[in-house]
Amino acid sequence: MSIAATDISWASGGEAIVQGVTLEVREGETFGLLGPNGSGKSSLLRVLAGLRVPQSGQVALDGADLRAMAPRRIARRIAVVEQHAATDIAISVIEVVRLGRTPHHGILSGWTAEDDRIVEKALARVDLGHRRNQPFHTLSGGERQRVQLARALAQNPTHLILDEPTNHLDIQHQLEILALVQALPITSIVALHDLNLAAMFCDRLGVMKAGRLIACGAPEDVLSAAMIADVFGVRAHVAPSAHHGRVHVQFLR
Amino acid sequence: MSGLRLLVGAAAVLSALLVAIALAVGIGEMPIAPATTLAAVTNRIGLTEIPLRRIEEAVIWDYRLSRALLAALCGAGLALSGAILQSLLRNPLAEPYVLGISAGASTGAVSVMLLGLGAGTVTLSLGAFAGALVAFVFVILLAGTGQAADRTILAGVAASQLFNALTSWIVSTSADAEQVRSVMFWLLGSFAGVRWPDVWLASGVVAAGLAVCIAHARALDAFTFGEDAARSLGIDVRRVRAVLLAVTALMTATMVSIVGAIGFVGLVIPHAARFVVGPGHRRLLPATALTGALFMVLADIASRLVIAPQILPVGVVTALVGVPFFSVILYRARRAA
Ligand SMILES: Nc1ncnc2c1ncn2[C@@H]1O[C@H](COP(=O)(O)OP(=O)(O)O)[C@@H](O)[C@H]1O
Ligand SMILES: [Mg+2]
Repeated sequence: MSIAATDISWASGGEAIVQGVTLEVREGETFGLLGPNGSGKSSLLRVLAGLRVPQSGQVALDGADLRAMAPRRIARRIAVVEQHAATDIAISVIEVVRLGRTPHHGILSGWTAEDDRIVEKALARVDLGHRRNQPFHTLSGGERQRVQLARALAQNPTHLILDEPTNHLDIQHQLEILALVQALPITSIVALHDLNLAAMFCDRLGVMKAGRLIACGAPEDVLSAAMIADVFGVRAHVAPSAHHGRVHVQFLR
Repeated sequence: MSGLRLLVGAAAVLSALLVAIALAVGIGEMPIAPATTLAAVTNRIGLTEIPLRRIEEAVIWDYRLSRALLAALCGAGLALSGAILQSLLRNPLAEPYVLGISAGASTGAVSVMLLGLGAGTVTLSLGAFAGALVAFVFVILLAGTGQAADRTILAGVAASQLFNALTSWIVSTSADAEQVRSVMFWLLGSFAGVRWPDVWLASGVVAAGLAVCIAHARALDAFTFGEDAARSLGIDVRRVRAVLLAVTALMTATMVSIVGAIGFVGLVIPHAARFVVGPGHRRLLPATALTGALFMVLADIASRLVIAPQILPVGVVTALVGVPFFSVILYRARRAA
């Protein structure tokens, strides 16, 4: 149950955006992807999810080349929560979560009680049961992201790919969502901006810089003052936290 | 909306459609009562043996009923095409006429008519289909998919202008005076002169189109958040887009080849239907087809009553309803952008 990328490169409009990334995400782990804006995190996630086909290299899901898999087979295994999910269609929260069942249905198969059960459970997990009939586009940014996470959970995936899922969330919901993702018995790949949240919730981290994966490993190995200065251009002090034992980053002026 | 209310609503629209068809059959130089029309139909299918005047029966069967049924089919097909285009291109203003697809189909049909490629109903439709596909490719290449609403509409304006110019060119270089008159009348949209073979062709295309579209209802729902989101839900985006655009082109082209280019039905009806049954395509598509059928039969009635005994081209009626509607949606889309 793992995703392995071997030397993948993806270019668009003549510009190399992801370059020679090799990465294996292990079964059940929560993998954090760090890097400044424009470093290629979202692009790499799209390639890993099979939404973009790399010009070279390959992505394998449990050893099977993603390119050889039908979209529907991929969608039953990999669910994606995009950075910005928007629509002008007046669709309700519950209908968005129901979309998650799409890959489990053919043209003729009908909606079942089991589908309803899965949808309800997913909605309850992100704590939005009380919003079920509200139009999606009237939700706050954070609520939208939680609804999209519920939709992704309704897909019953083995792999979850999340692009900055904590972006619009208040601190309470940031912690809740990441704790939820970490506790799920599935493999997750999460692009994050907050280095401390990444250290707290991820089993391993990868760091992107200008389209390349320049570091990959356990949080305490990856998060160093030298790496932060190199990639983000800020000075920082890194030490184990007295409270949770993981490394903690303090930025210096 | 609950299933029961939905069923009642559907039954109400269907009854209204049947009544409208009976009224449409009644209008003309020789008014015919709806009861007479009903009797003519039940006589024909062997349920009754009510004596009717021969002339009335002939008028009903030879002219009026085919016309009314075709209006219904045309409304259903165009409205359905609009609904599909709006969902697939994620553009509230998309519909065959606005995007220049109808203009492309007109060019194709006129080419077949005037350049001596044969003029049967089917060859005419094939010519229109080819023209509609060319127009589609033109618009998509110019605008890209998933682009801002305005850009797609501008590409549609360019397509309309281009294909209308081509049509005028072909007409003015290849047609004699008599042909020009009939082509011009047809271009404006008219149900006059519709015969049973046209009805059979249109009903086959609309039935097949509706079936294919409904089979793709879930896939269309998955496009709510765009093409990447659809793909990540397991939709083969390129295949679905190709199939549905082809179906849309076929339905539009068939209607254009029979009755000319009628605008704005594909715009107004899907929005109205969405307002009532919501955005889910399993309900939206049948509701759109049914409402489109009713709307077009009513538009045909209006076109014959407004300046009676003269007949207004039916495209004029749909534009009078559609353009204000278009303006409102354009205004709202701009404000949201
Ligand atoms: N389809 C595309 N065509 C051209 N450039 C792109 C495309 N997608 C992303 N980029 C560019 O690639 C770079 C990386 O983008 P992205 O993957 O979104 O980075 P991140 O998610 O780390 O902010 C950016 O400079 C962006 O402008
Ligand atoms: Mg990004």
